[in-house]
Amino acid sequence: MPIDYTERIPNNVDLADDRRLKRALESWQPKFLDWWQTLGPALPTQDVYLRTAVDVGRAGWAHFGHVALPEYRWGIFLADRKPDRRIAFGQEMGAPVWQQVPGEYRADLQRLIVVQGDTEPASVEQQRHLGMTAPSLYDLRNLFQVNVEEGRHLWAMVYLLHAYFGREGRDEAENLLVRNSGSEESPRILGAFNEETPDWLSFYMFTYFTDRDGKYQLGTLKESAFDPLSRTCEFMLKEEAHHMMVGTTGVDRVVRRTAEVMRERDTDEVAAYGAIPLSVIQKYLNFHYSVSLDLFGSETSTNAANYFTAGLKGRWMEERRKDDHRLTDAFTEIGTVRDDQLTGVEIPSLIGLNQDLRDEYAADCAGGVKRWNAILTDAGLDARLYLPHQGFNRKVGAYSGHHITPDGRIVAAEEWEAGRDTWLPTPDDKAYVESLMRPVYDPGKIAAWVAPPSNGINGKPFDYEYVHLI
Amino acid sequence: MDGMEVSFDTHPDRYRHWKLTVDGEVAHLVMDVAEDGGLVPGYELKLNSYDLGVDIELYDAAQRLRFEHPGVRAVVVTGGKDKIFSAGANIRMLAQSPHEWKVNFCKFTNETRCGIEDATEHSGQRWIAALNGTASGGGYEIALACDAILLVDDRSSAVSLPELPLLGVLPGTGGLTRVVDKRGVRRDLADYFATKTEGVRGPRAVEWGLVDESVPRRDFDAAIERHAAQAVAESARHADGPGVELTPLRRESSATGLSYDHVRATYDRDRRLVEITVAGPDAPAPTEPADAVAQGAGYWPLAVTRELDDLVLRLRTNEPELGTWLFRTTGDTARVLDHDAFLTAHAEHWFLNEVRHYAKRTLKRLDASSRSLIAAVEPGSAFAGLLLELALACDRQYMLDGVFEDADEPGEPAELVLTEANLGAYPMANGLSRLRNRFCGKPAPGEETLGKPLDAAAAAELGLVTFTPDDIDWDDELRLALEERAAFSPDALTGMEANYRFAGPETLETKIFGRLTAWQNWIFTRPNASGPEGALRRYGTGQRAVFDRKRV
Repeated sequence: MPIDYTERIPNNVDLADDRRLKRALESWQPKFLDWWQTLGPALPTQDVYLRTAVDVGRAGWAHFGHVALPEYRWGIFLADRKPDRRIAFGQEMGAPVWQQVPGEYRADLQRLIVVQGDTEPASVEQQRHLGMTAPSLYDLRNLFQVNVEEGRHLWAMVYLLHAYFGREGRDEAENLLVRNSGSEESPRILGAFNEETPDWLSFYMFTYFTDRDGKYQLGTLKESAFDPLSRTCEFMLKEEAHHMMVGTTGVDRVVRRTAEVMRERDTDEVAAYGAIPLSVIQKYLNFHYSVSLDLFGSETSTNAANYFTAGLKGRWMEERRKDDHRLTDAFTEIGTVRDDQLTGVEIPSLIGLNQDLRDEYAADCAGGVKRWNAILTDAGLDARLYLPHQGFNRKVGAYSGHHITPDGRIVAAEEWEAGRDTWLPTPDDKAYVESLMRPVYDPGKIAAWVAPPSNGINGKPFDYEYVHLI
Repeated sequence: MDGMEVSFDTHPDRYRHWKLTVDGEVAHLVMDVAEDGGLVPGYELKLNSYDLGVDIELYDAAQRLRFEHPGVRAVVVTGGKDKIFSAGANIRMLAQSPHEWKVNFCKFTNETRCGIEDATEHSGQRWIAALNGTASGGGYEIALACDAILLVDDRSSAVSLPELPLLGVLPGTGGLTRVVDKRGVRRDLADYFATKTEGVRGPRAVEWGLVDESVPRRDFDAAIERHAAQAVAESARHADGPGVELTPLRRESSATGLSYDHVRATYDRDRRLVEITVAGPDAPAPTEPADAVAQGAGYWPLAVTRELDDLVLRLRTNEPELGTWLFRTTGDTARVLDHDAFLTAHAEHWFLNEVRHYAKRTLKRLDASSRSLIAAVEPGSAFAGLLLELALACDRQYMLDGVFEDADEPGEPAELVLTEANLGAYPMANGLSRLRNRFCGKPAPGEETLGKPLDAAAAAELGLVTFTPDDIDWDDELRLALEERAAFSPDALTGMEANYRFAGPETLETKIFGRLTAWQNWIFTRPNASGPEGALRRYGTGQRAVFDRKRV
């Protein structure tokens, strides 16, 4: 069936005249739609008030309107090309960026794109049942917006695979739809993307912490010497900011509701009044933060060093850094465990780049905690949320295999196990949160465990009918 | 050696180191190396020691004997100096040469020695070594390539392989292999022999099998005559009339490539690539063998083989950094098949037999070249029969599925054609056809596929090509593969390719080009040989080598 590409697939990559892309998409697009029907949002809807990107410019990247989900126009957009862009780091620093994949780096670039691409549909799969329990139509709409944009980010990575990696790229693009979150046979590549997102508190935490990992990964790929990858990621970062907003304000609203109940009832035991206790929020935060820290990989990584030296993947805000951008003689200190003591060790900066990115990420995460604590302060409460120590509950890197408490003490295994239920969500906590998950689909109404947002979407009020259900 | 361009062109009239005389059915080839005739400055070719330049002349002589002197049935190799046949490869030359030069030198000399054996076995030109004095190292290895070895018995002349005790390296031109594999010398005696600097003389050399006959000086000429006469009598060569003169190649050399009548090579230095295009015949095959002889050096299969041979030798020697050779063919497949069938039909004729064996040796050179070989099969190509061997010699074959749609003349999709020639006319060093070698342990395409045009899908189905990208993917697939190749370690690539190219059984040749060469090349790079205190570097300085004593 011929497809009118420019109409069906908004793009700024000259799709209509690109035989290679058209051929690749002819085969891939129906498979994507199958995947979306099978593993995308489970809740049937008529349409959803969604933002669609039809161009990269100010006027084009945020078109709003009610759209039936399967008819969402997933587009392919790259940020505008910067004239005379140069490689900003590594051994080829100063040379013009690449418009084609150099054969030398084909395998590495393909791997980076596949790993990034694999996370995008994974989160849609993880979140597919959440629509059944949305606390408001506003939240339901946000969920779907995140979902369609993760879908578009998949398209963005698939575009690169199709346009630049030939037959192998097409095979990999197809595999992105074959691997599924939580599948026994062919799971998603990264562990955190095989965990189900069972409830909305998890969803907010996921979009705050785990999507934020994505933001930082995209930020490093935006620095890439492979210009099409750089431009793709630059545009994706715009959309990623919205996902961050959903997470940030989502946790905001949970904390605000909890603070209201704490103050009104003058108790920490807010569960009796249908809100989520701060201690449970903290446990969810601990879990999602620690799992997301693992996504950055081991503290020392020769892969990361090779990617940097080759110019494939830079550092966060590479061009704003005040150093030689080559790092061949630089050293950095990373945290580690020696003789059961937390300590620092000096290593070549090149092999410590994963930790460099993780530290940037951790500092960013601290901003959210500060913001949530400001809500508690405004409510006149003394209780505070905190970010656990980077060594807490880690499964990857120097801290894995050690028993480190959220406040950064190494303890015996028994002591850690004894504390586990106070640090991480227990089955009871999860059951309680799940018990709160009852859908609220009436415009302007919201579940009791979360506060309404201060603003609607695109200037619309909170009680706007963002989603038309069937 | 940087910047120097080595030429393989020579002619008996211009030899500086050899004298070739032909007397009816017997040829004499006298080694008389000019001391000041080194190819590169820095050493003197004393005591009939040799360098690449000397060996280029030996190769030329062996080739001309086969093509220009069809009547020759015996070739006597002897020395033109007193009391010495040859001291072997020049040590100072080896000591001063960079590693890749040493390796390339050894490869060429090994190919020339194997070519001598090939002449004895397949051309009925039996080579006889008449060692008029001591033959040591590479000198004895020249003799080992001959079918019979006569050693003068003057109580001082000996044969020896002194490389190990004197230089800390191996007799790498087949010496170690041929002593046991070809001559059947017992391994313990061979061990003793290869550690004894002065070698073994007369009767004991005969007793151990190192030579065939030890002859007192006064009887030496008569013994040679006797051996030559016997060789002539036993020769299977049926050749009369005039030979085919190997006229000078028409070749244009520039900074960007080499171009011959049928073969064109274009350098792409950025990608460390040579794009080689081999053109099919522009005329039908002759009707009779005599017509082919009449066409002489212009006869297409001979001409294209000579050009390819010269190209391979020049690229190997002069362009060591161009690590990938991309092969294309052009021409009319039907004409290639016509010539291919003619060669098969007249394989018994002396000239066509020579052409076939020359093509075989040249294809073997490709197999043994330390370059990545990639075939690109595109519309307008003529990979059939003999020319298909080029593709089969490659490490990978890319075949366009369909045509280049945007081309001015898209033409017809490319097709491969297997013929009987692919089943064994051009065996590899391991004795297998490239087809058999490719499908080691699996059924190869059967006889029912012979002569059938195979499009990309059929070729892929039969396993004759690696990938069949279409028009849309072609450029990128090829570009990425070539760029990726150019980025890998050249040493590791050479090692991988050499291992994969020769599946199946070992032969004398595969042992020489594989086992012996690999050990020798390892030893060459070790400090015990080539370090400042190594044996190779210290030879002739009066200082003893200092060894790292750890056995590895």
